Amino acid sequence: MSGGVGVVVDVVVVALLAVGTLFVVVGTVGVLRLPDLATRLHAVAKADNLGLGLIVAALVLRAVTGDEGGGVAAKLVLVWLLALLATAANGHLLARRDRATDADDERRDGSDASEEVAP
Amino acid sequence: MHVDVVVDGALTVVAVVLLAGIVAGLWRAVAGPTTADRLTAFVLLGTTGTALLLVLAAAADLPPLRDTALTVVALATVVVLVLRSRDRRGDR
Repeated sequence: MSGGVGVVVDVVVVALLAVGTLFVVVGTVGVLRLPDLATRLHAVAKADNLGLGLIVAALVLRAVTGDEGGGVAAKLVLVWLLALLATAANGHLLARRDRATDADDERRDGSDASEEVAP
Repeated sequence: MHVDVVVDGALTVVAVVLLAGIVAGLWRAVAGPTTADRLTAFVLLGTTGTALLLVLAAAADLPPLRDTALTVVALATVVVLVLRSRDRRGDR
């Protein structure tokens, strides 16, 4: 890549990669360090997908300004949309399962689960 | 061919960091303690692994890795759906 525009594109690509990687790292640390499932799901669902989105944005920019073209860019965007869909579905299913399991546990303990957890 | 040394170097650094993240996520998958925790780690590994494959495809000029990433995200939902259907049958 040559000329001033190429340098600007490179800087933006590297910046997007850096911020995206930071978000992925934050999401990973969240999954490792946060105390229970709901908060861990929170880290996965938000930080990680934002990080992936920023990395994909950097790669899309690199693809459309390089010699790879729109097909590669379209594939990258498709990967990100599928990742959003998968994480949303997984997070919802795991959270709902976790809530149902908590309610079961509290019923077994003899306490009233409906006060804290809606059925 | 890309000859941008800076961008390719950045891609390599990102790939190394993501690989470290995958190792860390595997630790959570091993540690658990519940099945849901392991699956949460699995979701994380799916996202991070997808990002790693995309970055490697760009850094190493290996377009097939992009298709691999596409397959990984497409299959990411299946494990959780299997868990849910097992729950429905009642043996949690």
